[in-house]
Amino acid sequence: MSCFKVVAPGFLSLLQDAGRYGYHGVGLTTSGPMDALAFNWANLLCGNAADAVAIEASVGGLTMTSQADTVIAVTGAEVPFTINGEERELWRSHKVKTGDTIALSFATNGCRSYLAVAGGFQIKESFGSVATVVREGIGGLAGKALQAGDELPVKGIDAPCLELPEQWRPSYSKDITVRVIPSYQEQSFSRVQQRVFFGSEYTVSDRCDRMGYKMAGPAIAAAMSAMLSEGICLGAIQVPPDGQPIVLMNDRQTIGGYPKIGAVLSLDLAYLAQQMPGGKVRFEPITIDCAHNALHLAKSHFERAQSQLVAVASE
Amino acid sequence: MKIQIAGENSLILYFGDEANAEVAAAVYAATQAIREHLADVIIDMVPSYASLLVIFDAYKCDHLQLRKSIQQAIAGDSASGNQEGAVVTLPVYYSEESGPDLKIIAERSGLSVDEIIALHQAEEYRVYAIGFAPGFAYLGQVDERIASPRIATPRKYVPKGAVGIADRQTAVYPAPSPGGWNLIGLCPIPMFTPEGESLMPVVVGDRVKFKAISKDEFLAMGGELDEKFLQQEAKA
Repeated sequence: MSCFKVVAPGFLSLLQDAGRYGYHGVGLTTSGPMDALAFNWANLLCGNAADAVAIEASVGGLTMTSQADTVIAVTGAEVPFTINGEERELWRSHKVKTGDTIALSFATNGCRSYLAVAGGFQIKESFGSVATVVREGIGGLAGKALQAGDELPVKGIDAPCLELPEQWRPSYSKDITVRVIPSYQEQSFSRVQQRVFFGSEYTVSDRCDRMGYKMAGPAIAAAMSAMLSEGICLGAIQVPPDGQPIVLMNDRQTIGGYPKIGAVLSLDLAYLAQQMPGGKVRFEPITIDCAHNALHLAKSHFERAQSQLVAVASE
Repeated sequence: MKIQIAGENSLILYFGDEANAEVAAAVYAATQAIREHLADVIIDMVPSYASLLVIFDAYKCDHLQLRKSIQQAIAGDSASGNQEGAVVTLPVYYSEESGPDLKIIAERSGLSVDEIIALHQAEEYRVYAIGFAPGFAYLGQVDERIASPRIATPRKYVPKGAVGIADRQTAVYPAPSPGGWNLIGLCPIPMFTPEGESLMPVVVGDRVKFKAISKDEFLAMGGELDEKFLQQEAKA
């Protein structure tokens, strides 16, 4: 089978699919793309199912050579993207030929880029998913981030070049508001503490990765000293004794014992995941019913956008 | 039982405020009942000491519907009698070589090393939760006399199979990792086998007995004395 060969893996490049489900009971996390929307678009632009295996490149620096004639697309963070040194556009697909060099430089806005190939990367699943979790040593190629010399099998199939028109693309900002469903130990945070949390601006600290985003800002405290460890959902905001909230992301541990004030809506987590240290974040409470409405609305928007993909000529 | 919202597609069920056998049995029964009756809308579940996190497909049902279905599933199942997990026996090579913290527990408790080993085997432990790392099962409760706080400076390296105590919990490390539990022995049975037919010898709700084995038996069962660990301990 033909393949893509990794020349330089960049800061952190991982093979991802929609994530690993059904294995929390043995302690395995979900993983999957940090910005699911951008990931889905990269695949759709290559004619794939939205959840085909693609690469998530964090920060950038990924260089590969193609050993196949096929089609690729890059979405997500604004990042200089070249084929054989020639600058190419994001949010559309491009033909590549055997011997071509594909390179992502470093992101100028946002953090996570997605590179998909027609047919998806052909990688064996572990526990029903290819999603790489380096901490657990599971998924991807032997549970590791991409390394120089890795060969990623591809089908080498052709597909028409497509573009997502600009008005349908997400735009990333260094200053965001994320919606939070008050939940879990919410009642243990006094009204004053909740005011502080929802009324303040927080900064993404340098302790942010696929497991969690630690915030820096006004400290908050729960009126409880000890609790039994319990399951943690995607987006849960835990507050350790230092009072600085941590938003738990795709690679979160499955159980934990810190009080949680609520959970960030997944749609907004994607924008948080595009933040680098120093980014500004505000939290806004919403009801569970508003959250469900937002999910359904986003789904219908995404479906409508799919009919807006336009065919473009290959360069 | 109390049901609360956790996130946009998850509910958390609370069965009590403390870890005990009765609460653990309720968590186990609920996990089984939900798995059996609501499989079409459930994406994943995380049972723990006194709670159960239920993650559902928010495009197939909503939190109000699910809340009702969960109550019905649990009520229906508790009528059909008590379910119990399996009893699993795990062999342990207890020694000062394989369990360098036996001495510390002996000093603190005033017990002999042999008494500590006997007390660790005397109890039947429940699997309360699995997490921290793939296959890491939290077992409780050890006899109060051998309960031990986590060590002040966690070890940089704890080998696969290490049997530890933290407060009144005990566990077997499924893979090498840093760790702050007091180490008392080594278990030759892998706790997590990604490639195997059975991922783990235990699941939440099972009960575990430990049984002492000799060094020769440990090695014959595939156990290994990790060089890196032995060197680390020799230096300490």
